[in-house]
Amino acid sequence: MTLRAVGVVLPVLLLAGWHLLASAGIYSPAQLPPPGEVVTALGELVRRGELWHHLAISTQRVLIGFAAGSVLGLALGGLVGLSRTVRAALSPTIQAVRAVPSLAWVPLLLLWLGIGETPKIVLVAIGAFFPVYTTVSAALAHIDPHLIEVGRAYGRRGLPLLGTILFPAATPAILSGLRLGLAQGWLFLVAAELIASSMGLGFLLIDSQNTGRTDVMLLAIILLAVLGKLSDTLLSFGENRLLASFS
Amino acid sequence: MSAVPLQISGVGREFAARGRRHAVLSGIDLDVAAGEVVALLGPSGCGKSTLLRIAGGLDRPTSGSVRVDGREVRGIEPRCAVVFQEPRLLPWRTLERNVAYGLPRDVTGEAARAEVAHWLSVVGLGDFAGHRPRQVSGGMAQRAALARALARRPGVLLLDEPFAALDALTRLRMQDLLAEVQREAGTTVLLVTHDVDEALHLADRVVLLGHTRPDEKAATPDEKAATSVERTATPGETTGASSVRLVLDVPGGRPRDRGDATLAALRSSLLAELGVRTAATAVS
Repeated sequence: MTLRAVGVVLPVLLLAGWHLLASAGIYSPAQLPPPGEVVTALGELVRRGELWHHLAISTQRVLIGFAAGSVLGLALGGLVGLSRTVRAALSPTIQAVRAVPSLAWVPLLLLWLGIGETPKIVLVAIGAFFPVYTTVSAALAHIDPHLIEVGRAYGRRGLPLLGTILFPAATPAILSGLRLGLAQGWLFLVAAELIASSMGLGFLLIDSQNTGRTDVMLLAIILLAVLGKLSDTLLSFGENRLLASFS
Repeated sequence: MSAVPLQISGVGREFAARGRRHAVLSGIDLDVAAGEVVALLGPSGCGKSTLLRIAGGLDRPTSGSVRVDGREVRGIEPRCAVVFQEPRLLPWRTLERNVAYGLPRDVTGEAARAEVAHWLSVVGLGDFAGHRPRQVSGGMAQRAALARALARRPGVLLLDEPFAALDALTRLRMQDLLAEVQREAGTTVLLVTHDVDEALHLADRVVLLGHTRPDEKAATPDEKAATSVERTATPGETTGASSVRLVLDVPGGRPRDRGDATLAALRSSLLAELGVRTAATAVS
């Protein structure tokens, strides 16, 4: 409990440093508004009812995209991890696609899928897919062969082998892959919302830049940090509960 | 559970390594009667574990065949259960659920629970049913692995150096436990070991595996040296393969007394066969 409290010290120090810097007059308020102004901007957005919309739409995009990307990552990662043939056939291509930076997809997705929700969700899904795919395929390919042999020696093959040995043995790695996938989903969300969007935290960022509202810009960054941390904490909570029964 | 006979006939096994064929076993013939305990003894790397794995269907022979209760072993043999050198328990399952992993598929529900509880108490783990493998000692984990194998109701129990990784005292206790369980379950046992005392204590027969040297007895020490040099100079030949060098009936019924004098004499001769000189062989 006391160790956890230590984690609060740094944010408080950062906040104090920010306040000092902003009030020392080194930077203009347009460059670095003091924390108070960011809080005011927050209140303003809440009062106008906009904040909730931005938060909700961004969270929704991340959740749907993450769900799609991680299911696909689990499926393909499972196939590639379990079958050497599938690995030989798919792995080089997937690794190459993985090397494409997130922003490179944006023009293509806009061209193909328009400017609605779909391209944004697809981009988040792409972002969530790769960490899940990579960890799942690696985990399944590196399961202790001794345990697999136990499964075979006790008559398990095919799906029962997958369910009783392979999947449980890979569970810790799969869970950490899901956490990485969620984090990367948030990264790709901002890339998606920076371009051709009218709502969401990414839009808030680009809009604040265009209107010179540095306070809103800082607010959007803080909100992204808080949301990312919050969703990761929720997932790790589930992870810990599962791990307690899997290790 | 009822004991069944195991017949190994003409079994050979070759492995391919870097394009070369390397024979590990050749021409192994061994008949194990129902309820008999046979120990496979031999130096490390002689292929005794490979033979055990072939008997259980975890590996396939290059030549020859294995029959369990008259039927040829093809693929994993449901009438055999294996205990490995390491416990190999599933770490995410409790001991109870690990033992349940060994149950035949048609045993479910209340019968399954009773069966698991029975085998856990037989190996003395009744109070540890809810423990995880990492919460118990190596000896306890290996006992759970034995219970898992017994839960399969095997006709033939295949033990691959099951006590080799345990400390000396635990090993002796485990040997006594195995002897007791074998009496109760009445199963046929094939036990791979490199421990001469263990083989003599537990087995009805000891089978010594190793490189056959048909000219050994006739050869003078000089000639022996010459042939062994020749042997190492021509790798890839089947001379590297192990086969049955010696089958030894262990006198007296089980359970045995560890201090038995006749066993001590057998021990010396077996150790001599394995190339270890003891005081007894030095005198004679």
